[in-house]
Amino acid sequence: MTVSARAGVAAGPLVASGRPGRSRARLASGVTRWLFIAPAVVFVAVFFGYPVVKNVLMSFQDYTTRTFFTGEAPWVGLANYAQTFGSAVFTTTLVNTALFTIGSIVMQFVIGLGLALFFRRNFPLSGFLRGLLLLPWLLPLIASSAVWKWLLDQDSGAINQFLGLFGVPAVPWLVSPGLALVAVIGVNIWLGIPFNTTILYSGLQSVPPELYEAASLDGATGVKAFRYVTWPSIRSVVSVVIVLGIVYTLKVVDIILGLTGGGPANSTQTLATNAYHQSFVNFEFGIGAAISNVLIVVSFLFAVVYISISRKAADE
Amino acid sequence: MNPIRIIAAAAAVALVPVALTACSSGSGGGGGGGGGGSTLTIEDYYQASYDPIYQTCAKQVGAKVKINHVAGAGLIAKVLQQASSRTLPDVLMLDNPDVQQIAASGALAPLNDYGLNADGLVPAVKAANSYKGDLYGLEPVTNSIALYYNKKLLSDAGVTPPKTWDELRAAAKKLTSGKTYGFAMSNINTYEGTWQFLPFFWSNGGDEKDIATPQATQALQFVLDLQNDGAMSKSSINWAQADVDNQFIAGKAAMMINGPWQLPSLNAAKGLEFDSVPIPTRTGDPTVAPLGGEAFTVPQTRDKDRMKLAAKFVGCLSSAKMQTTIAGVTGNVPTNESAADEWAKSHPQVASFVTTVKTARARTGELGPDWPKAATKIYTAVQLALTGKAAPSAALQQAQSQSQ
Repeated sequence: MTVSARAGVAAGPLVASGRPGRSRARLASGVTRWLFIAPAVVFVAVFFGYPVVKNVLMSFQDYTTRTFFTGEAPWVGLANYAQTFGSAVFTTTLVNTALFTIGSIVMQFVIGLGLALFFRRNFPLSGFLRGLLLLPWLLPLIASSAVWKWLLDQDSGAINQFLGLFGVPAVPWLVSPGLALVAVIGVNIWLGIPFNTTILYSGLQSVPPELYEAASLDGATGVKAFRYVTWPSIRSVVSVVIVLGIVYTLKVVDIILGLTGGGPANSTQTLATNAYHQSFVNFEFGIGAAISNVLIVVSFLFAVVYISISRKAADE
Repeated sequence: MNPIRIIAAAAAVALVPVALTACSSGSGGGGGGGGGGSTLTIEDYYQASYDPIYQTCAKQVGAKVKINHVAGAGLIAKVLQQASSRTLPDVLMLDNPDVQQIAASGALAPLNDYGLNADGLVPAVKAANSYKGDLYGLEPVTNSIALYYNKKLLSDAGVTPPKTWDELRAAAKKLTSGKTYGFAMSNINTYEGTWQFLPFFWSNGGDEKDIATPQATQALQFVLDLQNDGAMSKSSINWAQADVDNQFIAGKAAMMINGPWQLPSLNAAKGLEFDSVPIPTRTGDPTVAPLGGEAFTVPQTRDKDRMKLAAKFVGCLSSAKMQTTIAGVTGNVPTNESAADEWAKSHPQVASFVTTVKTARARTGELGPDWPKAATKIYTAVQLALTGKAAPSAALQQAQSQSQ
């Protein structure tokens, strides 16, 4: 939008001829155009630009509780970054963030696509069941994480009680450093399924039925129909779902804090939870800002991918 | 030395007559005193049950109060925001380990300037609330943690409340049967976990300046032994103190470490008979447990009259008489030593806490504003050891060297 507006303004003077009346009208329309984009520019500058710039500045400062009263935040250069990258926890959080994001996205997408394909057939109560599927999305995150924490409890959790019926010994879901990340990913998958199903379902709805009819005449049914008709038709929806999913998943804080608080022994600590911890528990705002800047850069890369994909989709 | 301090002192002297008038108006029942018309804003994370206490002291100092209760987790964030916008309240309640950090930022007024001191209070209160020699907060009541035990389960097993680690370990083992663990505590990866481990750590000679010592290793090994014996659930690394309380109430733990703030829930549990003793130590010497409780402070608000009135108000809250009133409302322990002794006699349920508080240590006593870093290291070490990621000595070393 900004791009086209700028092009319009730039084109203005070129087209303007010598007549004063016309050029005044041109000028007025130029101003009008700027007025139209002004709300968006102001909004972006205040709510996105300022926080990001402030965050970048903060990451080069020794910004602590003291700063809030005195206003003094000594410039420390790259010290916050050095401490962040040099910390033993940083590598753990980086690996955990990658595992958490990849694990969540792959499973959310596979299950979401499966359910979307399943619900494409109309059967009794399919609409009702599809509505029910949205439930995880509608619950407040902190409430669902509290419920999951009970369900996953080692001694008295419902899941272990159920597994116990089949003679499975109590699984230390949130207690064992090896399993906690798996459990947290599992809960995040449960949370992400509605989003994936909903978007993919609407993508599937837009595939014209004639394509399937034509394909079945050529002998493409079942898996082949999916491979040659469905998949190419929803590919742009798929890339949008995945890229948005990655950006959402990278910054997940609440579900992890609710379930494990990053523990046990930092085994579920991600970049996002570590940034939160540094800023709002240890009050090391400079270090917290440095970690979140790393996160912003990673998210930004995926945002660029998203923009290029959606632009390509628009061009097609 | 400090110009602001001198001005404050001068202002304090200049205001003495005003304050005296305010004082007399309070006792005389008139509303015409100098400070009588002032309204003090109070900010805390308590419940409305605290309001009558504030009203009593407001009447005594001749002021009106505007009370603002905020959520516990949001208090510090709010204080920081208020500090930067210069809208701090006149009277601010802070959790005691936060006092020095906020005082270090310059946001609080030293209470000595207003003639307040911590004389007659348990020693840890002064340590927790002093920064660079000045007193910044007063705690009317405090708390700590002790070992609660289920009377019925102990008598059924023929176990007497333990006084030493050996006794505790043996008792916990003996009390473990079926779905009941002998012992429960919170080893969660937050400051709560650190707070619960400290009685073992400190009583055995551990020190936050250097956590990788043989004494600290011994303490961590002891907690690990309880878990390895099967006497403490492996879930303790994920339990907050409220979870531990629930386990105890549900009969899933025969003994637990917890504070007096759980007494209302424990008393409300039907059929539960319980009592508490100070947390056992290796040698049987007195327990060194962390000092809890919240302090009342006077933020720098530039309005010298109101700050003086606020200091009077804080002094009133900390008076021996009010301490007893507050203890009655909250179930905590008065910080005034003689008031606490009286309190223990009339309230046997808090007797073990009164004993513990006398020898308690302030978390910020040694490291001051740097305490949170040490606290993070301590709970990290506990988590590393209890999850089996490292042996106790290696866990302490690893957590110690961890830069954040």
